[in-house]
Amino acid sequence: MNDTLTTGSLTVKIIVLLIAALLLFAPFLFQDIRSLEVAARICVFIVLVASYDLLIGYTGIVSFAHTMFFGLGAYGAAIALRQMGPGWDAVLTGAVAGAFVSLILAIAIGLLSLRVKAIFFAMITLAAASVAMVLASQLSQFTGGEDGITYKAPDLFKPATKLAVTDDGKVARLFGVRLNGKLAAYYFVFITCLVLFLLMLRLVGSPVGTVLKAIRENEARAEAIGYRVVAYRTFVFCVAAVIASLAGTVYAIWLKYTGPDTALSFTIMIDILLMVVIGGMGTMYGAVIGAVLLVLAQYYLRDLMGSAAEALSNVPVLPFILEPDRWLFWLGIIFILLVYFFPQGIAGTLARKGDKA
Amino acid sequence: MDQLRMTLERFGGVNLLPVAVAAVAFVLIGAPSSWVTLTVAGLAMGMMIFLMASGLSLVFGLMDVLNFGHSAFVSFGAFVAASVLGWLAGWLGSDSVVLNAAALFAAFTAAILFGLAAGWFFETVIIKPVYHDHLRQILITMGALIVAEQIILAIWGGTPMNVPRPGFLEGSIIIGDVAIEIYRAFAFLLGLIVYVALFATLNRTRIGLLIRAGVENREMVEALGFRIDRLFVGVFMVGSALAALGGAMWAGYETLITPALGAELMIVVFIVVIIGGLGSIEGTLLGAILVGLVANYVGFLAPKLALASNMILMMAILLWRPNGLRPAVR
Repeated sequence: MNDTLTTGSLTVKIIVLLIAALLLFAPFLFQDIRSLEVAARICVFIVLVASYDLLIGYTGIVSFAHTMFFGLGAYGAAIALRQMGPGWDAVLTGAVAGAFVSLILAIAIGLLSLRVKAIFFAMITLAAASVAMVLASQLSQFTGGEDGITYKAPDLFKPATKLAVTDDGKVARLFGVRLNGKLAAYYFVFITCLVLFLLMLRLVGSPVGTVLKAIRENEARAEAIGYRVVAYRTFVFCVAAVIASLAGTVYAIWLKYTGPDTALSFTIMIDILLMVVIGGMGTMYGAVIGAVLLVLAQYYLRDLMGSAAEALSNVPVLPFILEPDRWLFWLGIIFILLVYFFPQGIAGTLARKGDKA
Repeated sequence: MDQLRMTLERFGGVNLLPVAVAAVAFVLIGAPSSWVTLTVAGLAMGMMIFLMASGLSLVFGLMDVLNFGHSAFVSFGAFVAASVLGWLAGWLGSDSVVLNAAALFAAFTAAILFGLAAGWFFETVIIKPVYHDHLRQILITMGALIVAEQIILAIWGGTPMNVPRPGFLEGSIIIGDVAIEIYRAFAFLLGLIVYVALFATLNRTRIGLLIRAGVENREMVEALGFRIDRLFVGVFMVGSALAALGGAMWAGYETLITPALGAELMIVVFIVVIIGGLGSIEGTLLGAILVGLVANYVGFLAPKLALASNMILMMAILLWRPNGLRPAVR
């Protein structure tokens, strides 16, 4: 992002602020359970994608192990909540344990392989992630195997919890929304994610962020100026890993379920990649836009495609094309086209537009 | 030159690694008959993985292009071969070895032809625009992998598919108290033939000379007036065809295949390529055999560790040789 305020970058910022406002008031604006689910998922994925963008967009590291860290956080919280019962101590233990293991793994992987070529690193992280996935499904006494773990969140987040009561002892309503534990859980997710996101925004704007960009642009030169490239890369890899792990913890608390599909599967990695590329690599705001678009598409576009396919069932080819199961196929094609023609994604392209004007 | 010779000498010792692994395993396992069975299984598995990995390694060595979509060729090869074998079930069922072999040959040919065509398409349409840009290469080939997997799902569906095996490859040979599955021996032989053919092409022909020169110093070869890009399309097509052939072999080995096959094998293929060192088929063969042997031995000795064994092997080798055992590009 340039410091000069162009119309394009202004547009991006306004869009992001709008999204933030919508997310802030989501429980009041969209009053059904599914929308809240979508909003929480968007929050978590914004953080996850932004932390991935630290790697791919800002430093030029391609890692496929991001879901591994996400899963470590999620499983940490899940196992702690399961073993210690619902409570804040369990949440804290899980979060710290997950983040700590992520940190150790990130340091190990980073020092072992960040010296080598980008492509090597991508392959090694891919292998590490797949081993983590296999381990999660094999160590079923800890992780519940393929079935995953269900557990209870802290009492505050139970739907039955009353945050405020009216005179007759019922749950108070604000603008028609019940002030119950679900609301508290959503705001827990929202605020944690906001804090993490702002932290990353700060990091990117700091001198360290500038060094990272320098490394991305010209590694040899950054090294020549005197920055220790490997140290910086390992550092940013660790930061991204810890943040991804915390995002995993938050998501695990929100879902009250952790399994390979929600926390570790390769589909999540692909989702993250798609979000980063669609939103725009190298801008934190791009992560926001990409995450919002893709999560919305996941929840609503499939339904839309399904109903469209049904409505057009008499037309020969269209129903086949619009079948909901094909949606990943189309996303893949959109992804390839984006990488070809708009490598900077939506945010990057928009922000650049202002430069010409 | 002196340094080169010294490194070459040092690399000579690396080739003995699979032998050392086998010897250690022999002591640990104790029973010679199960050791032979495991070794044959490991060699067969290694050879099939070699088929899949060699193309990837060469393409990277020659053009600095890493194709994350490589496993799509493996899956496609497996499914195309399985479909052809399914159509020719009548031939497979007959007692005549000739008809059996013809069906198998047809299936492999179909897989190879498909691999050639898909490789050409992939290279010209998907990869050509992003030469020299690793980040976008990884992203694009990843996107292509997603699309290819979806195409497989759309055509063959998500349910596991049975692969009929030709009759003459069923059963096993029994020597003393050692049983060797015929299909494994066949897989090993086929892999060996491909390796010898590749080795001879690379070391004894003019095209092979150009490929090796291109791996070493691409600009120089181009400056001398050779069209490396055309050569590259050829190498890419052959690599894809080999991957498809490997997939076809794997389909016959597993006899039950799912669309997830490519993604599962991709990890192993990557590990092999990393262990072997990018860009050299000798390294790839070495890595493949190591992985195959270790996977089988560990699976027998400590089944719980089997899944992590490849990863541990890779870590250990990377700590020892950060560029792989026999890298052609540094």
